[in-house]
Amino acid sequence: MATEVLPHTAMTLHDHLPMLQILVPFFAAPLIVFLGSRRLAWPVAFAASVISLVISWMLLMQVIDGGVITYHIGGWEPPLGIEYRIDAANAFVLFLVSAVSVVVLPFAKTSVADEVAARDHTLFYAAYLLCFSGLMGVAITGDAFNVFVFLEISSLSTYVLIASGAARDKRALTAAYDYLIMGTIGATFFVIGIGFLYMATGTLNMADLADRIGTQGGNRTVEAGFAFILVGVGLKLAFYPMHLWLPNAYTFAPSAISAFLAATATKVAVYVLLRFTFTVFSPAFQFEVLTLQFVIMPFALLAMFAASFVAVFQSDFKRMLAYSSIAQIGYMLLGICLLTETGLTAAIVHLFNHGITKAALFMAVGAYVLRNKDTFYNDICGMGRKMPWTSAAVVISGLSLIGVPGTAGFVSKWVLVQGALEKGWWPIATLVVASSLLAVVYVWRVIEVLYLQPARSDSTATEVPMSMLVPIWIAAIACIWFGIDTDTTLTAARSAAAGLLGTAGQ
Amino acid sequence: MTAEFDLPFILGHVNYWLFIVLMMTGLYIVVAKGNLVKKIVGLNIFQTAVFMLYISVGKVSGGTAPIFPTDMNVDPNVVYSNPLPHVLILTAIVVGIATTSLGLALIVRIREQFGTIEEEGIYQIERDMAAEEYRLHSELMSERR
Repeated sequence: MATEVLPHTAMTLHDHLPMLQILVPFFAAPLIVFLGSRRLAWPVAFAASVISLVISWMLLMQVIDGGVITYHIGGWEPPLGIEYRIDAANAFVLFLVSAVSVVVLPFAKTSVADEVAARDHTLFYAAYLLCFSGLMGVAITGDAFNVFVFLEISSLSTYVLIASGAARDKRALTAAYDYLIMGTIGATFFVIGIGFLYMATGTLNMADLADRIGTQGGNRTVEAGFAFILVGVGLKLAFYPMHLWLPNAYTFAPSAISAFLAATATKVAVYVLLRFTFTVFSPAFQFEVLTLQFVIMPFALLAMFAASFVAVFQSDFKRMLAYSSIAQIGYMLLGICLLTETGLTAAIVHLFNHGITKAALFMAVGAYVLRNKDTFYNDICGMGRKMPWTSAAVVISGLSLIGVPGTAGFVSKWVLVQGALEKGWWPIATLVVASSLLAVVYVWRVIEVLYLQPARSDSTATEVPMSMLVPIWIAAIACIWFGIDTDTTLTAARSAAAGLLGTAGQ
Repeated sequence: MTAEFDLPFILGHVNYWLFIVLMMTGLYIVVAKGNLVKKIVGLNIFQTAVFMLYISVGKVSGGTAPIFPTDMNVDPNVVYSNPLPHVLILTAIVVGIATTSLGLALIVRIREQFGTIEEEGIYQIERDMAAEEYRLHSELMSERR
């Protein structure tokens, strides 16, 4: 995977973009704490996110046609120094994370003011930015150990953010504690895996690791490393049997955080899995192919059904969405397990499309929480008339969650089915369609409650302010936009998939 | 590739065996103990096991501490241990401390809110809360049907 890239001789600001991508939010976080002003916390966080979004867009445009940017931190040459390596795949993820952050933050201003105690707001936005820069760091780095460090930065701040939902429900604390235990076990497994790879190869740079694993082939140390990394990342991305932390964490976190995490955190973990299965290891490594097809794929299929099935029987909108997230991760893993370019494209497109869909839905949840205190179905019944704009956005993004033609969710499921048929695995394609029917049921339950049931007589709910409606609608319109204009996302995802499989330019 | 599984092999890898023992001990405590503080202790033992693994990896047979002489005249015959895993573990130790302190802080808040740090008691309270919610919401739903 040696790509001919000029050694780093960056002197202009433009050449330092990869570093600024991380440093801007990373330094904005302590800045918020030092300023110590509740009024300034949100503007600083928002400005840092906007700058990140601009930088990630510039990076994406540079690499979209198969280019690679490498940035050597401190001028140390890789593999000794830490390298930031940006290709189409992670530029896409960087763009998704920063775009979601820019959309969610304006929404968060009102929602957080309602759901989090006022004295915590400054620290809340500082933790938010740390989480954000951690996620960006995981996506941008080309060094295996650096992934662990950034993963822990984002995870530790995530635990804090989830626990900050305690002002509304004390169970947020135990949810955060459970996630802390499971997340730390996952991260430690990940670091053991990297230790094994280092034992076998003597390097931590991903490109270098790939070279050396490629030449020396698999041995038991490398296989053990792969297994540990798979389990570690699996815990982080709530891969089906290791998903237990997710429902409570998403249900009890402040709604803005649920929206941000559902759209980014698990997606970044999926990206790490992609990076390790296709860049560090490669499908030429037989052990990996067998693991993916005989261990991961059955669980991915199980996730699609079991989690959707549980979602159908929930009586809380927010918890239903959390279970649906677990099911949707099954689709992404299924795409990865196909090990073809179409399958990978499906996984990457779904990563993006599901991100915006879930962001819209969880933000709508936040709107209902603001007006009704809770999102149990009997709290939000009849809201179709009382909060027409929010509810209309729920319908649109709900359709995208099902995968109705004309929405973003359809595009990714279409590509996924195509990928399965390409391999001749028509039963898998049937299962994808069948599990979407379960999504019809759980989305319909919400729509029925919103539109076909009368509101509670004591309900005083009114439409939420513009600052919340606009972000919800940006995400909802994005669901439609990327369902009709499929070129943008598919081109980027294809380019990313080709880059990961090493078939770029062929 | 497969080394013989004899006594020198077993003795020569003693730190790796201990790594496995320590790791499993830690993991067992996390899973089996109901006390939240004990779980954090287990997590710490688990993480410490990984530190041991990394430090063992850095050892080069006959190697000395990787410190160059001040005049930088490095004797090519001197074997140095590999310092990189040690540096990595410094980072991991910092992460471990951060995790422990955050975990303990959460336990303090849980104690304030739930009045117990035993898993059983907390689950009981949560189950009751969930059952109460379910009763409330299903009743109201059926009323209006």
